[in-house]
Amino acid sequence: MFKRRLFSTLISGALLPMFVGAASAQQGKVSDGVVKIGVLTDMSGLYSDLGGKGSAIAAQMAVDDFGGKVLGAPIQVISADHQNKADLGASKAREWYEAEKVDMITDLLNSGVGIAAAKVAEQQKKIAINVGAASTRLTNEDCTPYTVHYAYDTYALANGTGKAIVKQGGDSWFFLTADYAFGHSLEKDTADVVKANGGKVLGQVRHPLNASDFSSFLLQAQSSKAKIVGLANAGGDTINSIKAANEFGLTKNQSLAGLLVFITDVHSLGLQTAQGMLLTEGFYWDLNDETRKFGKRFFDKAKKMPSMIHAGVYSATLSYLKAVQAAGTDDADAVMAKLKSTPINDVFAKNGKIRVDGRMVHDMYLLQVKKPSESKYPWDYYTLKATIPADEAFQPLEKSTCRLVKK
Amino acid sequence: MTEIFGISPQALLSQLLIGLVNGSFYAMLSLGLAVIFGLLNIINFAHGALYMMGAFGAWMGFTYLGLSYWLCLLLVPLAVGAFGIVIERTMLQWLYKLDHLYGLLLTFGLALIIEGLYRQAYGVSGQPYSTPELLRGATDIGFMMLPNYRAWVVVASVAVCALTWYVIERTKLGAYLRAATENPKLVQAFGVNVPFMVTLTYGFGVALAGFAGVLASPIIQINPLMGSNLIIIVFAVVVIGGMGSIMGAIVTGLALGVVEGLTRVFYPELSSTVVFIIMAIVLLVRPAGLFGREK
Repeated sequence: MFKRRLFSTLISGALLPMFVGAASAQQGKVSDGVVKIGVLTDMSGLYSDLGGKGSAIAAQMAVDDFGGKVLGAPIQVISADHQNKADLGASKAREWYEAEKVDMITDLLNSGVGIAAAKVAEQQKKIAINVGAASTRLTNEDCTPYTVHYAYDTYALANGTGKAIVKQGGDSWFFLTADYAFGHSLEKDTADVVKANGGKVLGQVRHPLNASDFSSFLLQAQSSKAKIVGLANAGGDTINSIKAANEFGLTKNQSLAGLLVFITDVHSLGLQTAQGMLLTEGFYWDLNDETRKFGKRFFDKAKKMPSMIHAGVYSATLSYLKAVQAAGTDDADAVMAKLKSTPINDVFAKNGKIRVDGRMVHDMYLLQVKKPSESKYPWDYYTLKATIPADEAFQPLEKSTCRLVKK
Repeated sequence: MTEIFGISPQALLSQLLIGLVNGSFYAMLSLGLAVIFGLLNIINFAHGALYMMGAFGAWMGFTYLGLSYWLCLLLVPLAVGAFGIVIERTMLQWLYKLDHLYGLLLTFGLALIIEGLYRQAYGVSGQPYSTPELLRGATDIGFMMLPNYRAWVVVASVAVCALTWYVIERTKLGAYLRAATENPKLVQAFGVNVPFMVTLTYGFGVALAGFAGVLASPIIQINPLMGSNLIIIVFAVVVIGGMGSIMGAIVTGLALGVVEGLTRVFYPELSSTVVFIIMAIVLLVRPAGLFGREK
């Protein structure tokens, strides 16, 4: 009896380190035995059609396409509403990284939330792939070794739309600007591009976020006699500016330039109102067979075509999972190294590259909104005017003020 | 050309006119609030949501049933009013005896629920609604091109406001209503059905919100949050005008629209705040509001 007990104790004593060893080997590959991806977005406010539930669907599609498992561990997608509040976004990100063991957070639209979450990611040494925010601060003064800025930024929008319009002869500009960080930065970036290409800026009017009526701002734009009225705002503000511009006949003698217009905005305005507008996006569902296939799959689940943010979240999630696979671990440093060294090729980007400052550079598209008569089927909204090559679309690396860029 | 503070008189006049258009909306919405507060003592926070329902009603009527704008202008306020009557009968009527706070909380909760349901169904980007055929285009009135529809908004809202004022202040029905607010028991004793009148009043106030919603639908994007963006300003208008004062709500609504319009020219960054600055000053100087009576 005693002998047997001794024997079993010895056996278990010998086996125990083996189990522990096995467990820690597993842990070395995938921490906590599960790879968790968090979609932090605006689920209910003014940007919820651009990201929102659609982003959670897109992330889940990427997980399904990847096979649901990475390195033998299951992949889980969770999502939450940051209500466009930077403090709420930051505390949710911290809770996710610390308590929920989330490995990567994505979407993160709204520049205020995006920058706050980037800071948390750096403290926690966890990855944040920002798809939805526009501010170039994410790859300049607020860059971190753990953030990627994936889909677009104010520089790319200004550069794409601004340059193209000035070249077509739209050389005098007046800006209608949302009075907060994003609007100011979009206005400044565009004004710089306009001036650099020989145009001039005649003035600007700054309207409060979520302004109730735009007619008086548009009258000011009208009396400026500028050829182009640049809309440095987003979402509902852009939609209502465009509506009022049509109503007051501004579009007869002047043209509108939507500096941040998503396909969901065009859908909601209708082609009658939006037609002719030039805009820059990083994705359009009707570019080629691959994007069409993705668009239709997304449509079946979300009942609308994907925005640039939805496609970006899909691609970001897929790239992240590929990097985990290639690195053989979900350790943030190893995965970031893989992300930055592997070209991205999927439905969203061809030969996309993540630079040292975290900027993912890829082709951008200059698009024009179709006339109602040109639109042949639902969501047939854009004509592709030009593809802006990756190395021209974004701020050059040598101009980045990111501390990670060696000079 | 002579200029006033660096702005040409033409530009100034057109801004004044635009201010008046916005003021018409403030006037109509604050009028509904004032009627409801004056006669029911309910601070109706659901007013913005009901205004949104009015705009959506016009859109739904057109999209699902093919109803014209003019028909919607008539039917939608009735439908929204009927919805208001249901709210009043099933929920609000139990709160009259309690503190204002309960009515405020209930209607605020209702607003959140209504907005949430619409958001769930239609998203937040909103729905477009085109201007009725008859009122498309703009008229040159010398100093600006005034879109015909905006001119119609001013005419319609001033007419509705004037009519409301007349009914409440100058007719026998209005006299009953006002008497019922002062002393419901006594009026009831004279054989007037006070609860019925109160219900109709709430329905009417709410129908005004629905009417404003239909009027607004061709101008701004119809989305579930359009009411909550506006309702805070409208409350400020009611406070400045004097809680419950009918004339106060109408005049202050129009005047603040104009003040806001001017702010948009001279210092646009302040335009969303100016109403609240005026509210603070008015509360300091005349706590009962410009047209209110101290109780």
